[in-house]
This record gives sequence, structure tokens and C-alpha cells, in this order.
Amino acid sequence: MSSISARTATTRQMGKRQPGGRESGLGRSLRPAGEGAGVELRNVVKYYSSQRALNGVNLSMAPGEFVALLGPSGCGKTTVLRALSGLESVSEGHIEIDGVDVVNTPVNRRDIGMVFQAYSLFPHMTVTQNVEFGLRMRRVDAASRRRRASEALDMVGLGTFGGRYAHQLSGGQQQRVALARALVTRPRVLLLDEPLSALDAKVRVQLRDEIRRIQTELGITTLFVTHDQEEALAVADRVAVMREGNIEQIGTPEDLYTRPATSFVATFIGLSNAIDAELVGNEVRVLNAALPLLGTGPASGAVTAYIRPEDVSFASSGLGATVVASSFLGSLRRTQVRLDSGELLFVQHDVQLRPASGERVFVALRGVPVAVDARQ
Amino acid sequence: MSAPEVEAREAQAPHVVPRLVATRAGRPQKTPRYAAAPSALTRWIILGVTGVIFIVPILAMIEFSLRQGQTGAYGFEHYAAIFTAGEAGTYDVLFQGIANSIGICIVTVAIVLVLLLPTMILVELKYPKLRGVLEFVCIIPITIPSIVLVVGFIPVYQVVARLFGSNAWTLAFAVGIIVLPYAFRPIAANLAAVEVVTLSEAARSLGANWGHVLWRVILPNLRPGILSACFITIAVVLGEYTIASFLSQNTFQTALVLVQHTDPYVAVIFAVFALVFAFILLLIIGRLGSLGRNRRAA
Repeated sequence: MSSISARTATTRQMGKRQPGGRESGLGRSLRPAGEGAGVELRNVVKYYSSQRALNGVNLSMAPGEFVALLGPSGCGKTTVLRALSGLESVSEGHIEIDGVDVVNTPVNRRDIGMVFQAYSLFPHMTVTQNVEFGLRMRRVDAASRRRRASEALDMVGLGTFGGRYAHQLSGGQQQRVALARALVTRPRVLLLDEPLSALDAKVRVQLRDEIRRIQTELGITTLFVTHDQEEALAVADRVAVMREGNIEQIGTPEDLYTRPATSFVATFIGLSNAIDAELVGNEVRVLNAALPLLGTGPASGAVTAYIRPEDVSFASSGLGATVVASSFLGSLRRTQVRLDSGELLFVQHDVQLRPASGERVFVALRGVPVAVDARQ
Repeated sequence: MSAPEVEAREAQAPHVVPRLVATRAGRPQKTPRYAAAPSALTRWIILGVTGVIFIVPILAMIEFSLRQGQTGAYGFEHYAAIFTAGEAGTYDVLFQGIANSIGICIVTVAIVLVLLLPTMILVELKYPKLRGVLEFVCIIPITIPSIVLVVGFIPVYQVVARLFGSNAWTLAFAVGIIVLPYAFRPIAANLAAVEVVTLSEAARSLGANWGHVLWRVILPNLRPGILSACFITIAVVLGEYTIASFLSQNTFQTALVLVQHTDPYVAVIFAVFALVFAFILLLIIGRLGSLGRNRRAA
């Protein structure tokens, strides 16, 4: 399996960044010194004893780009981040920041900023002392330390919290301070290791959007590890989907959703109906429809086709089905139906339509390309 | 639901904000009462009974030390005697014993700080798999009676005496082992309560080298545990008799036994002093422990 499908799409970031012309409300010292740093991981392999945690990972990040590493737990995404940070050594391969190989550079010299999943504020220090820590390590004088720390705290909206201790802050506030602490040194790369996982839903979305805002303003190259696909799609310029130590696909969120390279990506990103089908040449015969094939599949024969719920619709005629259940999702409704041939299908449709369970309906497939997978 | 989640939830509700503002570092919070907790009356009875069990012998000791012979009168004669007899050298063995014990305390505390503490931090950070082994090794001494240990120490001390001489302070090597279980516990508890690994990773990502990590991040957070370990070590050293006696060293405890033969009053007076000293140490440990808790409590 290829470790990377190098369809590196255009980075939204590249064209969008303005050279500091707009008044962003950030202090001068927090503005990027120049361009963010480019990051290059080439063929990175990591063994834990005899187990291969990373299988030759290739990832290249443009300066100022926001890349999310997405995957189920144990897929190696955190290992990639820790390898880039230097907290974990790599067994083989190269890691370059700004064109310089950093494989043998210790963590404290890599000039990175990091936010952890667990609240990692130093409990014996005040918020200000926490934020100043990185500057103190860089021997910045007290006056500029204080000024830069207060600017960083203003940036995350906690300007008045400097005298508090970590235990006096909520989880969301602690992660904001951690973000300020990571950014105050103007690192070349920002690494976020599931920073939102411990927060509850509302705070998570708020902070997620805020991270994206700050990242765009500072133009700092950012790697964001998450297992939450919604999070990844919402904030990242590009998303890399990982599985079992490989990057399965990397691309813009739209790319991943509309043109998944593998069935794993098709099922991991968004919801898909998995239906038995037959592949003949370049055509997927599924439920008496013939749909074009997306990408490459197995040669031919019995396959599983992955079809998005929004590509299935109710029709006046077509495949006969019975409604099983229907759920209201705010702006749309998703209904599960059982086809007369036995398959269960999700149909996404307008909220106005309210199918009752047990109701007889007809469904039709839209003629969009689908991903397929050899059937066992 | 984990504590941080609860906090995050609470922080959203506007009515909780004043409580957050009112919270200050170090201010003790009222302990919540759990359903299974005994009522106030039961607690006072338990405290009273155990208190009496402890206080009666101490009061008896004090009463005894104040007696003036068989006359039935009380006075500070024996207390005064300790100082007036100083010139005659009557109690020199006792004062020498106290001095020796203090020397042993210092070396033993140094062993805990220089050997045990760095080992525990290293195991926690780099070799977490060895945690169980370290704990086992540190707990072993408590399972072996001192008298058995001494039998093993005698040949070892022939070597020790050749290397360092047979000064009283060399007893610290033996006591250092006896003390391991007591010193290990508070430090281990503290290590478990602080996320040492995450904190040191955070510090290193911010540019700190290992020296800075240790000095500015780990040690300040382990302070309560380290201090407790030191005080317990001192208390154990001051109470140690068997090893000192069998290795023919003069320490506070052996001197007490010696003096008791000639002047039981003075022995009891010093025993009372030792108890009071130990209580003060325990009170300080308790204070430190609660300080640590308040810091972390949300």
C-alpha cells in the first residue's frame, strides 16, 4: 500500500496569507518573524521493540500550512507528531524543518511549540509564569518577557488571568494558556496533540475555531493530531488520514470527502453505505445501477461499493424499500431503509420529508462515482 | 466523568464564576462530607479514645520525670540536673549519642536525596516498566526484622569500617536501607499525583534542558513529598535502636538505654523530648501534605 498518495492539492493557505498588512489585534512581537517554516518528513520509520509503529511516513508541509493528522487510535498519528517534536526518536528516515535535518536535534533545540492533550500547565506557577517559561529558557530579559507574555495571553483572551494558578482555571482556559505558552516564543512549528479531546463539546468547537484564527493570523506551520474527523475537516488546510502506521491519503477536506482514495478513507471520513456490487471494466454495477469507478479498484469481480447517504434519494419509482428509522439532524434528515433485496441503506434528505417507520418507499442512486473494495 | 470535564462544564455556567474568583491558592476548602463518613460525635469519640491511649503514657512519663525521689513531692530537680551535671560529664554519653544521631540523620537524608529521589524520578520518566521492581526493592526492608538485617550487616561493616573507619555516621548506610520504605512512600505518592512525564515534555518543548526540567519543574512539584520523606527519615533515625546497639555504636537510643540504668529520670525526660520532637515533625508533614492537596484541588 502506498504510504502517501502525493496528490498534494493546492494549499488554501498559500494564496490567502497577507503579509501583515491587516490589523489583526496582535502585538508586534507575536507577528511571524517571516514565513513559517516548511516541514518535510521523508520515509520515517519507527519501531517499538519489534513492532512497526510508523511504516515509512512521508509528509510535506508548506510554510504556514495547517495540516491535520487524522486516524483511529493506535494508527501512529501521535507518533508522527512526537517524532517531529523530537520527544520520540525515529528508527529510520529524515525529518527536516526549514530544510535542515533535525533527526539528531534534541527537543529543546528544535524550536517548536507544543500543546498536549492532558493539561500540561506547571501547577506551581501562575499563568504568567507558565507563559514566560519558554522565554526564560531563551534568556529573554524580564521586561520583554512580561510584555510578550501579556500579549500572548491577550491573544487567547485571558489577559486578566495572569495571576491565577492552573487549578483555578477551567479545562478550556487551561488549554488556552497552554496555547499562549506554546506560541509566545514564536516557534517555527506548532504541534497540537489532541488539544481538544478533554474538553466538552461546546468549548471544543470554540477553541477549535480560535486555534484556526490565531494560526492564520500568525501564519505558523501547524500540525494538528486528532481522531475527530469533523474537527480535522473543519480547521485544516489539508488532512492526512493515517492507518496502521501509513498515511492512507492526504488532501484538502473536500478532496478526502468527495474523492476518497481507499475504502478506509471513504468509511472513516463521513458516513458511507457499504453495498455489495460487481465491477465490470470501469463500471460498478450496484443495485441495478451502473456507476463510474473512482480511482482504481481491484481488477474486476465482486466488490463492496461505498456510497454517500446524500447520493441516495427517495424517488417515485426505483428500488423498493421499507423505512426502518429516521433521525432529525437539524438542517437535514437521515433515514435508514431496508431494501427489498435485504440491504440496509442510509438516505439523506430534506427535513420537510418525514418518513414513518414501516412506510413503503422507492430509492434511487445518483450517478456519482463511488469507491470500491475487493469483497472477501 | 473526569474532573476536568466537570470543571469545564461548570466554568460555562455563569453562576459558578464568582466561586472561581473567590478561590485563592492555599486557602483550605471545606471538606465535603461523604455518606459513609461517621457523624461528628462518633469522630470525637474515636479521636478521644485514641488520644487517651497516646496521652496517658506520655503524661505518666512527665509525671515520673517530675517526682522527687520517694517523698511524693514534685519539682524540676531532674531537669535542672541535666544541665548542672553537664560539667561533671555524667550525661556525656547521652549528648554524644544525640550528636551522633544528628550526624546519622544528615547522612541518611543525603542518601535519600542523592540516591533514592533521582532514581525514582529517572524510573518515572525513562523506565516506567521498572516502577514495580523499584517499589518491591524499597519495600523489602520493612519485611525483614532489624535483628535479621544486623546479622547480615556485621560482615558488611567490616568492609565499611576499613573504608570509612568506624565512626558513628557510617551507621547511616544501614539506616538508609531501613528508611527506604518510609521515604519511598511519600515521594511515590507525590510522583503519582503530578503528571511528571507530561510536565517535563512540555518544559522540554519550551526549550528547557534536563537540568532546568529537574530544577524548575519536577522538584518544585515534588516538594511536599520530598520534605515528608526527609522528616520521616529523621524520625526513623532517631528511633532506631537495634542496629546501633548490635553494631556497637553510641546513638540517642542506645545512650538512653545506657543512662536509664543509672538515672531513669533523665532517660524519661529525654524520651519525652524525643516524642515531642517527633510530633512536631509529624505535624509539619501533615501541614505540607494538605498544602499540596489544596494546590491541586480545583
